[in-house]
Amino acid sequence: MSAAMTLGGIVIPKAFLFGKQIDPLQAIYDGMDVSVKKQLADVALNAAKAKGATYADVRIGRYLNQFVATRENKVQGVANTESFGAGVRVLANGCWGFAASDNVTKENIARTAERAVAVAKANAKIQGEAVQLAPQKGFGEVSWKAPIIKNAFEVPVKEKVELLLAANAIAMQNGANFVNSMIFAINEQKYFASTDGSYIDQDIHRIFPTFNVTRIDQANGKFDTRKALSSPVGMGYEYLTPVASEKVTGVVTRYKNRYDMLEDIKEAASDVAQKIKAKTVEPGKYDLVLDPSHLWLTIHESVGHPTELDRVLGYEANYAGTSFLTLDKWQSKKFNFGSKLVNIVADKTQVGSLGAVGWDDEGVKCKEWNLIKDGILVNYQAIRDQAHIIGEKESDGCCYAQTWADVQFQRMANVSLQPGKETRSVDDLIKNVEKGIYIMGDGSFSIDQQRYNFQFGGQTFYEIKNGKIAGMLRDVAYQANTQEFWNSLTDIADKDDYRLGGAFNDGKGQPAQSNAVSHGSATARFNGVNVINTARKI
Amino acid sequence: MAILSKDDAQAILKKALSFSKADECTVNLNGSEGGNIRYARNAVSTAGDISQKSLGVSSSFGKKSGVATINEFDDKSLEKAVRRSEELAQLAPENPESMPLLGPQNYLESITYRPSTAALNPDKRADDVAKSLKVAKEAKLEAAGFLENTTSFNAMMNSKGLFGYNRDTDVSFSVTLRNQQGTGSGYVNKSYNEYSKLDTLSLTKIAASKANGSVGAKAIEPGKYTVILEPLAASDIMAPMFQGFDARSADEGRSYMSKRGGGTRLGEKLFDEKVTIYSDPLDPDLPFSTFSGDGRPQNRTVWIENGVIKKLAYSRYWAEKKNVEPQAPAPRMVMQGGSSSVEDMIKNTEKGILVTRFWYIRNVDPQTLLLTGLTRDGTFYIENGKIQFPIKNFRFNESPVIMLNNVEELGKQERSRTENSVLYVPAMKIRDFTFTSLSDAV
Repeated sequence: MSAAMTLGGIVIPKAFLFGKQIDPLQAIYDGMDVSVKKQLADVALNAAKAKGATYADVRIGRYLNQFVATRENKVQGVANTESFGAGVRVLANGCWGFAASDNVTKENIARTAERAVAVAKANAKIQGEAVQLAPQKGFGEVSWKAPIIKNAFEVPVKEKVELLLAANAIAMQNGANFVNSMIFAINEQKYFASTDGSYIDQDIHRIFPTFNVTRIDQANGKFDTRKALSSPVGMGYEYLTPVASEKVTGVVTRYKNRYDMLEDIKEAASDVAQKIKAKTVEPGKYDLVLDPSHLWLTIHESVGHPTELDRVLGYEANYAGTSFLTLDKWQSKKFNFGSKLVNIVADKTQVGSLGAVGWDDEGVKCKEWNLIKDGILVNYQAIRDQAHIIGEKESDGCCYAQTWADVQFQRMANVSLQPGKETRSVDDLIKNVEKGIYIMGDGSFSIDQQRYNFQFGGQTFYEIKNGKIAGMLRDVAYQANTQEFWNSLTDIADKDDYRLGGAFNDGKGQPAQSNAVSHGSATARFNGVNVINTARKI
Repeated sequence: MAILSKDDAQAILKKALSFSKADECTVNLNGSEGGNIRYARNAVSTAGDISQKSLGVSSSFGKKSGVATINEFDDKSLEKAVRRSEELAQLAPENPESMPLLGPQNYLESITYRPSTAALNPDKRADDVAKSLKVAKEAKLEAAGFLENTTSFNAMMNSKGLFGYNRDTDVSFSVTLRNQQGTGSGYVNKSYNEYSKLDTLSLTKIAASKANGSVGAKAIEPGKYTVILEPLAASDIMAPMFQGFDARSADEGRSYMSKRGGGTRLGEKLFDEKVTIYSDPLDPDLPFSTFSGDGRPQNRTVWIENGVIKKLAYSRYWAEKKNVEPQAPAPRMVMQGGSSSVEDMIKNTEKGILVTRFWYIRNVDPQTLLLTGLTRDGTFYIENGKIQFPIKNFRFNESPVIMLNNVEELGKQERSRTENSVLYVPAMKIRDFTFTSLSDAV
């Protein structure tokens, strides 16, 4: 019973409770002028150099979150939080030091820089090898803005409350016993400057509308839920304006770049009514057909994390873990991570994705690169102080800190499975499956610390019999080994089915930090996966 | 300074309240300062020093309320924050579940603050890490670890005369030692209020011994086994259980504490009679603030006694609706233990598995609290009262509710730190624990 972080099953990531609450009007208009940020940044950089830093960067950040939560016909909370402050990272005597403060005056930012140097020097006494930074040219004074259409922070709270309560009413009218819904909006206004000569001003927006519908069967002491099939996205409030061409129809409607909450919640109420009465799954081997609303999380855990170079090298050994994708496997140039259909890219530029940004949090211009090519492991995700270890001359540009108060480190880029090159629909995939399960939405997830063994649930499960959908199943989870699983990919839909899923709260690091990341894919088929039955009696 | 004394905090809160024109007003002031070192590959990787402080004002007119915060503390800023919260309250929709503020409360004298922890600095942290690194290097192992200390305070005051102030210190240390080949791994994770209890040298030696002992793991078949869970492993799997102690979810029929046909399982025997769990803000091994976030006093509370559910947490709103006494949730739980050591338990085990810790635990089915996760950093096969050999890690699918019905023996308690909480629980021997697959992870 630690901090109350759950709302009827919807988890509020800890990072977004961080920060203080402010009023929404002030949030929009109070931004600090970029020329003032430059002056402050120069004070910090000069103070660090004066104390002996050989490299320094400063991030002056203003992080706005808005959280509107409702249940049934009630507003549970409207919270606006703001966190403003500056973090200074330095290299002194070959060692990193970091300090941060919410008191952003010239005098105090200089003191913060000096504290960072003191931390670096204290630790240099026990430092092994000196930190080596991949060279990075300065970009001068530049800026980047997320290409949003409608700033969520300028949409009145009333409009958001009305949408959520309307959605809840639809759920209740359609047989739900309980419903929680929320809209979560984030705006990162961050300014980066470094002794390399970069002054980078960026404005990043993210939004996550979601709900959870609950159905109770009191007589039998059972309950079940169905979550929204929305995704957190790197967009403005325009994500919540439905557009017919952004819908994918089938056993249930799914969504690309625009979401229809009122439609999804009606289908969710109907889904949960079927799910609670559905046939319990017979454990065994099945061919799985995984929708992008589900597959994103499997990609995240089994591809995104093991290709993070900090994990491969052991920097996360004490927390998130290491990786089975050791350097020798990459060096061999023939490690078959997956079947030939498996092409996976890392990307920090994809429009509308959670990870999209112009420059990363150590001043590196963002890009797209291959991780898995025709099934073979070809690269990792690396930042400036790791690039030399794999013989690279530059960082991949995936360094990130969740706020000004946290030190930046290697974080996952958007990691996505490329759609099939041949024209292929989901129906084409399903019609060839004799004994299978078609899974929508993300559910329970767990994977070991080297990313070999995983288990995933989902939101809804449809039995496939002889090429046809044969009704819903319940109590489904699948267990597999990462390499075997990706080698069992035998069929994949084309780009028309490609969609992004993602999460606001990818956790890594000590102290733990959240990273927002998207994962794209088209529907894919995996043969002969082990399915277990999760029903128990207490 | 981000840490204010009781008097200084009280003065600011009084000043802020003096500007209030709302029906009701609550002011919260909190701050923290601290630092950390993270190390990996036997060298420091990152380190930091962070401080922050803020004031939040919540104003209400009837059942409408608004919140505003600020981090400047001059009179003008305080008044601005109060006015803003009042403006927001006037704009807010009515919350039918809002409750009138509490009046003055009597809180126990808190024991969560220790000056020795508050006095930690970058040099002391570096010295402690140096001791840990020395153990790793001498054992030819690679260390990755984290040491962090935090000092924080929280003060609240409301227009009905309630005032509370608490200071807290915490120092946390965890370290993983692995061999060069990546075939052995060991781990410890501890947190204390009192810095002098932290011994990074001894703790790192335990991790080193686990790392060396886990080399050469053999695969054995998944299935049901008797397990001996070290206190950390027991804490890992029990921590998710306490979220179910919320009466409202149980009443609503959506928790493992829900009773078939309606209502909660309060008063039911849900666990083995050896299971007794309580919380106590003054427990010397696991203290916490003597008031809850909404100002309710925290006192010693027995939640499970001899396997019977004795208490569930009730918000003030839900308690009024159900006509019962409100009960604040407890942030930290203690489980009564026995006198056996882990060594004693191994000696009387014919066939079983010793688990150091679990990892990546997630809820599979909230209805039965079925969890999945894996063993990590030292899993050993026991036969005829002896550890025979290290074994490969397993994935489990098990519910702590089922597990706590299969308790064979309880050992001594230890304070352990899990992914999201700190618990004081014993080592435990459990029969019929379900492992469902093998993992190659070390």
